[in-house]
Amino acid sequence: MSVVIKAEGLGKRFGALSAVDDVSFAIERGEIFGFLGPNGSGKSTVIRMLCGLLQPTSGRAELAGFDVVKQSEEIKKRIGYMSQRFSLYEDLTVEENLDFFGSIYGLSRSAMAQRRRTVVDLAGLDERMEQLAATLSGGYKQRLALACSLLHDPKIVFLDEPTAGIDPVARREIWDLLFRLAAEGTTLFVSTHYMDEAERCSRVAYIYLAKLIALGRPQDLKRLPEITPDGSNWFEVTSDDATRLLPELREHPDIVDATIFGEAVHALARQGTDGAALEKYFHQRGVANVRCRAVPPSLEDVFVTLTRLQRGPAKER
Amino acid sequence: MMFRGLWAIFKKEIIHIKRDPATRFIFAIPLVELLLFGYAIDTDVKNVPTVAFDLNRSAESRQLLKEFENTRYFKIVRDVDSDQELHAAIVSGSAKVGIKIAADYAAALVNGRQAQVQVIIDGSESTTALQALNSSQQLGFLKSLEIEKISPADFKVDIRPRLLFNPNLRSANFFVPGLIGIILQLVTVFLTAFAIVRERERGTLEQLLVTPVSKGGLIVGKLLPYTAIGFGQTVLVLLVMIFLFQVPVSGSITLLLCLSLLFLIPALGIGILISTFAKNQGEALQLSLMTMLPSILLSGFVFPRDSMPLVIYALSLFIPATYFLEILRGIILRGAGIATLWDEALVLAVFGVFFMLLSALRFKKHLG
Repeated sequence: MSVVIKAEGLGKRFGALSAVDDVSFAIERGEIFGFLGPNGSGKSTVIRMLCGLLQPTSGRAELAGFDVVKQSEEIKKRIGYMSQRFSLYEDLTVEENLDFFGSIYGLSRSAMAQRRRTVVDLAGLDERMEQLAATLSGGYKQRLALACSLLHDPKIVFLDEPTAGIDPVARREIWDLLFRLAAEGTTLFVSTHYMDEAERCSRVAYIYLAKLIALGRPQDLKRLPEITPDGSNWFEVTSDDATRLLPELREHPDIVDATIFGEAVHALARQGTDGAALEKYFHQRGVANVRCRAVPPSLEDVFVTLTRLQRGPAKER
Repeated sequence: MMFRGLWAIFKKEIIHIKRDPATRFIFAIPLVELLLFGYAIDTDVKNVPTVAFDLNRSAESRQLLKEFENTRYFKIVRDVDSDQELHAAIVSGSAKVGIKIAADYAAALVNGRQAQVQVIIDGSESTTALQALNSSQQLGFLKSLEIEKISPADFKVDIRPRLLFNPNLRSANFFVPGLIGIILQLVTVFLTAFAIVRERERGTLEQLLVTPVSKGGLIVGKLLPYTAIGFGQTVLVLLVMIFLFQVPVSGSITLLLCLSLLFLIPALGIGILISTFAKNQGEALQLSLMTMLPSILLSGFVFPRDSMPLVIYALSLFIPATYFLEILRGIILRGAGIATLWDEALVLAVFGVFFMLLSALRFKKHLG
């Protein structure tokens, strides 16, 4: 396996604000690299630096062996980029958008015809060629954006929140596409807010307040000792009286932490806490039908806990 | 590859222009402006509303009033019977001039005394006032000559003014050629500034910047269609000028078109420069208007530059439109050729290079 994206101590300052601080990672060919973090934590800034849109103020980065600052023109020929918001021409049809990006990348007529067929098939756009981009649904807009970014057959594709604001079915379809691309050897760098998407990545990085605070395979991150310290346990707690559950849990002396997770609450309990005892405790306090189940921490638990740990010492300082 | 991607950008821009509903007005706007300005800005003074206060009421006084009207500058709208009424008519604006003929006017003429006629002029509109002043004095002068039976042929000094190029002093001949320059600048600056800012606003510029398109290809590809539109508008406005306003082109039309193309370069450069400062279309609009005002006020379009205060005159030297207006009036009215206009053309070329370089420097391929 060969490293195709490498960042070493990458940093970006906007005046006094540090948007990205000392970020390092190495991504191998064919990986789906998930990039997570709250809004404003620096995700897009990292992607823009890697694409050559922004100059880093410290550190360096390489894509396919090319330096992002000195050889950005070489890099631009080799990467695809799908930005956070739909950024194609809405007053052009699907076909015109594709033709435009094909000719921007200088594809020959025959190469263009062949690549166009490939990406149109891949993205399922053949029925929509004559349609104005403005009239496409959210999911189809993203498919078109992806198709345009794949026209020149890039080996590395950056996707900045590719599924933000589109429906679950369309989301799944986009991800099916991404898996097919990765299987063909394309390296994907995907930023997202969705934990289910993060779970599908080969590796994920979590950036918080400009700093990279976690990096690894999802299953490895869940086993990090700081997520489940000293024999403590994660419980999935459900109740018919969901509104009372969270405050009651947080007041319980043995519960370290509790957060909403879908319809349930994920709670981190001290060593030796017993699920049955917890159920009984809540039953006595009149919270209806509480069920506790020991579970491994979710990726969301991992990130929430890591964020708290980061915030904690910062407060003491 | 300095112009990589030019053709792709050019084709795409043409599609934008074709689909943009505003395109319908691209040729209507300069026409409407031309008609508005061409007809509204008319400094030729005629038929100034005048009231007459005739205390004499004789055949002679009526003859004098008739002669006032015959100059075509004055139009007597009504008679008044008192000084107060005359004054009130001017204050209310219903008349700009009041003519008061003394009660002994006819008697004075017969007896060879000086006959008194008072002309009261509203000075608040300087152009009108000046014309009224001149023509009333001239009328008095001619009447006196007539009474003394002196013919101009007997003058000891014979001054014979002759107006070149615009013998009837029609203001359309002065304004309409200048208007070509103003419209050309207006349209190109606005269109280019908007075309680029729109891409920034919609996020498509960012998408373009991750492609291998070159700065030159992007800028030139975007500018070419607007250059063509600007040029088409010049031709249109010229045609209207020649056939509707009856302002013939005395010089070479080819030279006029070539120098118009030359003027488009700094105008387009200003447009791009604006787009590098403006974050959205609202800001682009404001900045474009800011560049238009000096071009309209200081370029000599409305006010003659020779009578400007030195500081303002110096400022006008830094406005490309100043030189283009000089060229336009030179070719259209005076039939000037490149032999006399080369220095203006050279300055335009320098401006073109300056604004293009400046905007290319500012137009960063990097976002931050």
